[in-house]
Amino acid sequence: MLLIVLLAILAISTAGYWLGRAHAVTAKSGGADYLHSLPSYHGTFVALWAGLPSFVLVLMWLALQGPVIDDLLLRSLPDGFIGDADAGRLNLILSEIKSVSRGQIFAAPAPEIVAAAERYNRWGQIAQWAMLACAAALALVLMAASRKRISAKFRARNQVEKIISGLMIFSSLVAILTTAGIVLSLFFESLQFFNRVPWFEFFFGLSWEPQIPIRADQIAGAGAFGAVPVFTGTLLVAFIAMMVAGPVGLLSAIYLAEYADHRVHATVKPLLEILAGIPTVVYGFFAVLIVAPAMRQAGEFLGIPVAPNSALAAGAVMGIMIIPFVSSFSDDALNAVPRAMRDGSYALGATQAETIKSVLLPAALPGIVGGLLLAVSRAIGETMIVVMAAGLIAKLTANPLEGVTTVTVQIVTLLIGDTEFDSPKTLAAFALGLVLFVATLSLNVLALHIVRKYREQYE
Amino acid sequence: MSDITQGQLPPGGIRESDAYRARLSRRHAADRRLRIYGIGAIVVALGLLVILFVSLILSGASAFVQTHIRLDLEISAEHVSPDDPFKGNFRAIVREAMLERFPEVSSRADQRALFELVSSGAQYMARDRVVSDPDLIGQRISMVFPAADPIDQLNKGAIDRNTPEGQRRVSDKQIAWYDTLQAEGRVSTPFNWALFFSADSRFPELAGLAGAITGSAYALLVCFVLSFPIGIAAAIYLEEFAPKNRWTDLVEVNINNLAAVPSIVFGLLGLAVFLNFFGLPRSAPLVGGMVLALMTLPTIIIAARAALKSVPPSIREAALGVGASRHQAMMHHVLPLAMPGILTGTIIGMAQALGETAPLLLIGMNAFITAPPGGIFDPSTALPTQIFIWADSPERGFVSRTSAGILVLLGFLVFMNAIAVYLRKRFTQRW
Repeated sequence: MLLIVLLAILAISTAGYWLGRAHAVTAKSGGADYLHSLPSYHGTFVALWAGLPSFVLVLMWLALQGPVIDDLLLRSLPDGFIGDADAGRLNLILSEIKSVSRGQIFAAPAPEIVAAAERYNRWGQIAQWAMLACAAALALVLMAASRKRISAKFRARNQVEKIISGLMIFSSLVAILTTAGIVLSLFFESLQFFNRVPWFEFFFGLSWEPQIPIRADQIAGAGAFGAVPVFTGTLLVAFIAMMVAGPVGLLSAIYLAEYADHRVHATVKPLLEILAGIPTVVYGFFAVLIVAPAMRQAGEFLGIPVAPNSALAAGAVMGIMIIPFVSSFSDDALNAVPRAMRDGSYALGATQAETIKSVLLPAALPGIVGGLLLAVSRAIGETMIVVMAAGLIAKLTANPLEGVTTVTVQIVTLLIGDTEFDSPKTLAAFALGLVLFVATLSLNVLALHIVRKYREQYE
Repeated sequence: MSDITQGQLPPGGIRESDAYRARLSRRHAADRRLRIYGIGAIVVALGLLVILFVSLILSGASAFVQTHIRLDLEISAEHVSPDDPFKGNFRAIVREAMLERFPEVSSRADQRALFELVSSGAQYMARDRVVSDPDLIGQRISMVFPAADPIDQLNKGAIDRNTPEGQRRVSDKQIAWYDTLQAEGRVSTPFNWALFFSADSRFPELAGLAGAITGSAYALLVCFVLSFPIGIAAAIYLEEFAPKNRWTDLVEVNINNLAAVPSIVFGLLGLAVFLNFFGLPRSAPLVGGMVLALMTLPTIIIAARAALKSVPPSIREAALGVGASRHQAMMHHVLPLAMPGILTGTIIGMAQALGETAPLLLIGMNAFITAPPGGIFDPSTALPTQIFIWADSPERGFVSRTSAGILVLLGFLVFMNAIAVYLRKRFTQRW
């Protein structure tokens, strides 16, 4: 149905284009000296007016149709049926009506529900046809109205350009809207979470057991939301990753920037960047399939117990993934050091290694630190590797051979499957997401600030 | 230095002194060491890349073939009524075919073990064949069925016959039956088309990527339809028309930061806004594509701006000089010249979106779905989430299938990046 509506709008809009164009051409042949705009602009003007508003109408219709019908449906139920049900109960009733309306009947539903399901189907049908009718009517009316405005002197090009400028401004706002959406959704869900769980427990509590009982008689932990072990786990995994990526990335960047000739540089650099292009789910599987068993065997050989989901395995594989970040940022930073400083050092008789250690690295340090910070931010926000290779149980430990959990793992495990938006378990994921967002954003802003400041130094 | 002032130079000058030579060779050794460390780091990084690929290929290659067993089925009217062949008892038909071949198997436990040789999907394949051709009822037909996962692993050598019986998933009897079938030439190992043309299944021998590939295709389509025009429009505005003020600075900083936000945060956004607030369907490629579009948008905007910037101002000025409006100069001259660069950036962004997993998990695209989606509103998985589901499955056959799925995903990524590289090489102009 949606497709039909969109096709109808497209058809009317296309018709509008040819109508507008033809009208402009007749206006010219009808005695006008010249047209202000090319006929195609007149056509586009009519087409845009016919198509855009009704397209927006359809989008708004789609967004509002569901909630409006739900509301009408609940109001239409007989008075005594709902009683004093709370929001959760109302949702259950609604979803029962909807599953009955799809023909999925498990037990004998109440007659009120069956009647409501019939109403639901009927209203859905009515809404669809009404959408088609409204959209088509709006498109036709606007097409006729805009066609009326066309004359030889009509400034169609300026009008069209104004509309297109508006569309472009709107497009550039999408990025802002996305950020606003992220901040608002994280913020409001977190606010609800902190209404149920005090913030100092979340930020300073040492025990993380989000498995709260769903029914009163269920055996489960009381639910503890102290996120410190989750934070330390994240930092531990990120630290291990940096221990791998930092030296390997930095040394390979030094070699590529200072020692390698052009041909080696041109082959090795893209090869290293492949590491950054591999999807993270692949690294996760690699960690589970190869790295973790290898580490276990090595541990057995040495007589050290290694957890199957050790922080070491997850961190090491994550380190592999971020090698290219470190190396390409360090490479850029080393290359940005002015030639004169390098030449000056060589002129004094320093070897290449001495030049690198005493001149280039200190000069490139801000750029390298900026790159490392970006890599840390990437490591903290990385999800799939740790979801597959790290643990689920939050343990407060600094031992890399034990299993730890991370912020991203907890977000995924708390939200996978059916989610109710009113349990602290779900909301906790948004609180963790807010922490993650703020942490990575500050790291990024800091890193970009350092890098930019350093660049200005030499320009 | 003090040596020089005191005039105690060795005969050949300072270069001949032992202390100097020792120092120089130490310094050169340090230089060589740093060089070797650098080479070592590169070798380590590339070695890990090679290990990653080799282990995936070794583990995934076996999933591209599948053991099949040929059985002779007696489609008797007793089990299948010609009026409604769909309701026929095909399970019994498959089992009778097995018993006919091994009449000596009598105890119930042994019979059950015998039936386990062939995939449990065999009865549905027989059903589909008979339903499509009801004339077969009453005839004897020969059909090839996938073997069950343990037999498949046995055939591929992943199960060692020498391990004690209790520690492997096939019993000695099953191995003997399998060997008999093998000797009769009933076992074949053709290319595993099911991997590409079936959807997901609980049984590794039946599971395929069709649903995931369709789901990913729909999601990428939605992603492209949204992010490509919006990205280009935003880039044109910011690069060509926007006044330089604090507001546009904010937009710019914002886009750069958005590119670095962890992908899972976009998943949270999709869950809270698209699913919870707008009530869009869970697990649908539509929502997946919308979330991916938001993630890809910064990449496309940044690439498109770079491409627009690289078009020399003379093109613009020439167009303006002959009387084109700013819009016309942009749309008719600058944008077409920048298009190869924009397309390259878009394809790279799409390739990233194809490999993205975490946000899709949060909006439910990791559901167990046994049919490919029919549209963007149907529940579905995507390639990376399918890999995640299979990686979590305990059956041995799923290990090789996960690797095979990864190889397919990497194949798509290589293909997309190759197109991007080709576009860049073919159409890049040096002004």
